[in-house]
Amino acid sequence: MRTDAPDPIAIDIGEVLQRSVTSLYSSLITRPTGRAVRMAIETQLRGAGTLSISLIDFSEVGIIDYSCADEVVAKLLKQYLADERRDALFVFRGVREPHRLQVEGVLQRQNLAAVAETAPSQFTLVGTFSDQERQVWDRLEVKKTICADAVDQIAPDRSGVMALESLVERGLVFRSSESGRVHALSQLVAHLM
Amino acid sequence: MDQSSIDEFLDEVVQYQGERLLFDARHLRWVDPNGMLGLLLAGSVAGETLGVRPQIELPDNPDVQGYLDRMGFYSHAQKVFECGADPSGIVPRASDVLLEITAINTNHDVHEIVDRVQGRAGAMLTSKLGYPSASVIPFSVMLSEVCQNIIEHAEGPGWVAAQAYNWAKRLGRFVIVISVMDCGRGFKGSLSDEHSARYGDRWSDSTALEAAFLHGLTRFADPGRGQGLQQIRKQVSKWSGLISARSGTARISQVPEWGDSLPMVDGMAPLPGAQISIILPAVVGP
Repeated sequence: MRTDAPDPIAIDIGEVLQRSVTSLYSSLITRPTGRAVRMAIETQLRGAGTLSISLIDFSEVGIIDYSCADEVVAKLLKQYLADERRDALFVFRGVREPHRLQVEGVLQRQNLAAVAETAPSQFTLVGTFSDQERQVWDRLEVKKTICADAVDQIAPDRSGVMALESLVERGLVFRSSESGRVHALSQLVAHLM
Repeated sequence: MDQSSIDEFLDEVVQYQGERLLFDARHLRWVDPNGMLGLLLAGSVAGETLGVRPQIELPDNPDVQGYLDRMGFYSHAQKVFECGADPSGIVPRASDVLLEITAINTNHDVHEIVDRVQGRAGAMLTSKLGYPSASVIPFSVMLSEVCQNIIEHAEGPGWVAAQAYNWAKRLGRFVIVISVMDCGRGFKGSLSDEHSARYGDRWSDSTALEAAFLHGLTRFADPGRGQGLQQIRKQVSKWSGLISARSGTARISQVPEWGDSLPMVDGMAPLPGAQISIILPAVVGP
């Protein structure tokens, strides 16, 4: 594993749902259920390294409603973005058609964005982001990773550089503080899939 | 008794609050989920004021009796009314019901409702309404959110019921009717502490409904809250459906082109709780 990359963690939401909610609920619905699942994820993350990237997998979830999506996705992101340490990054897997509307809805409501796998091995930004952010993110997604001195390949002008800074700040790409190398999050979790 | 007549009926019940009431349903010839939950709500309102359960005369018509039975009305009615006749002799038939009347008291109830409705909803949405099979997910999400509304905001018990009908005369196609009613504190009661000051003299049931229904206001400071109703409205609109919510003296509606409801009706009797009705029509053929 790269030495300048965060520790990867795979979290299967279907499994967390079964484990953290006492009844045999098959759907990710209602706010208390979402809260219980988020707390279980947070507990798991507390045991991670100083910097982690989590692959949160919705593939086995039948239904997710807006209340649950808000608790599991939006609140989780918001919490870690508000933390000065910024020690956690997230990729949401299995955000297929049945879940996408709800996940996008709760992110847009709070001007948040996330990296999501919306079709097998197809990653995209969901939520709220600018055109510039989208373009820079798409270029990095194609290149997977890029050295500090080659950043102009994905952010060729001033607005691109600002967009890249914003993507780093919003936890939508990862930049190593040691090497300055920039990574697409999908690349960092590829071996977990 | 359905969406079109329920307000008049409930207003009358509020007017007679404090008096011992007999609900005479003997001549009832038609009742949909709004009518059934309206009856339960009316009985609860009347009973709560007096501390004595009101009486009900059950319908004479065997078809209506059988339908009420299939919808599970009698078991709920026995908790709300003094029933004039014992309905237990009615022979239950195989249920073609989308969602029987179900009490909502906890989040566990919401899970059960969504789990139960999925299989039936899939078949009805595709065969009766012509919706794609994947629509069972947004339908379940909508049901989940509208039921949670009771737990989160009413702070009182409520009921949900849903069924498909052929609105041959009214609309020339099938519809699914979903009704959710509670006798809790209503939209105004839920929002008052946090928002009434900003509205000043304008604060009323209608402004509270507008705030929640149109603008997603909620009593919680959390910006993630208050999106349930907004998303339900969006989904209902995608399906060209009608959604309306009554709370207290007002009713607000999002009216599709086939509907004839007014967007806002005010000045009704002060009914406790909130009553939400959703009508989803079949897609119009090519």
